[in-house]
Amino acid sequence: MRIALHVWRQVNAGARGGFERYDVPGITEHMSFLEMLDVVNERLVEQGKEPIAFEHDCREGICGSCGMVINGEPHGPVRRVTACQLHMRSFADGDEIWLEPWRARAFPVLKDLVVDRSALDRIIQAGGYISVRAGSAPDANAILIPKRNADMAFDAATCIGCGACVAACPNGSAMLFSAAKIAHLAAIPQGEPERFRRAYQMVAQMDAEGFGSCTNHGACEVACPKEISIDFIATLNRDLVRAELGWGAER
Amino acid sequence: MRRVVTLYRSSVGKKVIMAVTGVVWVGFVVAHMVGNLKAFQGAEKIDHYGEFLREMGAPVFGHGQLLWVLRIGLLVTIVVHVLAATQLTLMSWRARPVSYKVAPHMELSYASRTMRWGGVIIGLFVIYHLMHFTVGNVHPDFEPGGVHHNLVVGFRSWPVALVYIVAMGALAVHLYHGVWSMFQTLGINHPKYNRYRRPLAAVLAAAVFVGFVSVPIGVLAGAIQ
Ligand code: HEM
Ligand code: SF4
Ligand code: FES
Repeated sequence: MRIALHVWRQVNAGARGGFERYDVPGITEHMSFLEMLDVVNERLVEQGKEPIAFEHDCREGICGSCGMVINGEPHGPVRRVTACQLHMRSFADGDEIWLEPWRARAFPVLKDLVVDRSALDRIIQAGGYISVRAGSAPDANAILIPKRNADMAFDAATCIGCGACVAACPNGSAMLFSAAKIAHLAAIPQGEPERFRRAYQMVAQMDAEGFGSCTNHGACEVACPKEISIDFIATLNRDLVRAELGWGAER
Repeated sequence: MRRVVTLYRSSVGKKVIMAVTGVVWVGFVVAHMVGNLKAFQGAEKIDHYGEFLREMGAPVFGHGQLLWVLRIGLLVTIVVHVLAATQLTLMSWRARPVSYKVAPHMELSYASRTMRWGGVIIGLFVIYHLMHFTVGNVHPDFEPGGVHHNLVVGFRSWPVALVYIVAMGALAVHLYHGVWSMFQTLGINHPKYNRYRRPLAAVLAAAVFVGFVSVPIGVLAGAIQ
């Protein structure tokens, strides 16, 4: 198949960027989206041009590196799928495809489609951990956890920190990401003691990083490749109020 | 009180305070709507109801005093609601300085997209409404205490009735997203009951709309005269 790509090209964080159009023949529908970009880059290198910078690592949907906005949708048109797990069969011959980096003040563009997502790491550093040594993986059932809590913690823990939720949110809010981490740790006994302090510190860091404020649009949940539910945002909100008003433990 | 102030500092805290002030107004709006339905019971009933509002709280409160306490309470809550809305909106606009070339066609509901400007429309309507039926300075023939007369004369002009109907539409849309959003913001969620939250917001918004617009439509249709 033959497609046309419009790619955001930006030399570095300080430079002005713009769209560049590439005519891309000779693509097969079996290629993954990133393999298609690899082909484009090979051709660019052969022509002595700068290849398109995009982030990727695992290419199996688990590391969260590969985010980009494809035709207005973070990770592209297929639900529950990261950009690396998207295939060209989801597009048609002759399609025009627009590629843009995540857009948020807290995610400055470093180069082309690569943004700096360390703001998410700093939210984790602010409280997304357990302070004591929790040991290596415990034997199954050594700590009894109600099935409902275990499932809930697992659902939240599937967040891969890709930032698609921020990219999709018209408010540039990081609530879904933060909520996933807060709800994950709050649901299990190891995380319970620091539950309220964690919520307080992570929300404070989120605000300090320049993310926007959630208005419960729900765009994040639709964009999330791991189907993290916005129900966790309600959990975050509840924990934050309890932390602030001192109804839980001290913050 | 100090804790409420520190709560207000965070983005989530501001939202919580918006939700609480929103709920106060929802309570007012529902009570107001139910009170208005007395217009269908004739001049005597609704004028008497107007009088009751001024006499509320006797003998502890004098004439009109409790009413003023409630009015001031509502004024303070709406000011806080709008202040928080404004601050959070500015914060969100700053957070997304560059927009996408291809607009993300994620499914944002009409109601959630219009919270801000819809809210402003409701605010402007409230000011007009007070000038119309409370102060009476934009009413063609205002009689203090003559609630029924004021309603009938006021709504006989169909453009005025239309303004009310459109404003109530905006209010219903604001409440449809707002009430659901309020459950999220206050952390009122439970896997078993979450699926009732949207329908509840829809029923409330619809009831408020139908209840309020029944009065101008009743006047235009001749059911209230
Ligand atoms: C000048 C008038 C108003 C403005 C500018 C305004 C603005 C807003 C905004 C921007 C939001 C946040 C939207 C979101 O987070 O999704 C909101 C939420 C809300 N509003 Fe208003 N509003 C106004 C009047 C009212 C009135 C009169 C009521 C009640 C009858 C009301 C009830 C609510 C409720 C219940 C919420 C939900 C709070 C939450 O998200 O948790 N608002 N308003
Ligand atoms: S919540 Fe979903 S979209 Fe957001 S960072 Fe985690 S996996 Fe990505
Ligand atoms: S490259 Fe790891 S999730 Fe896509």
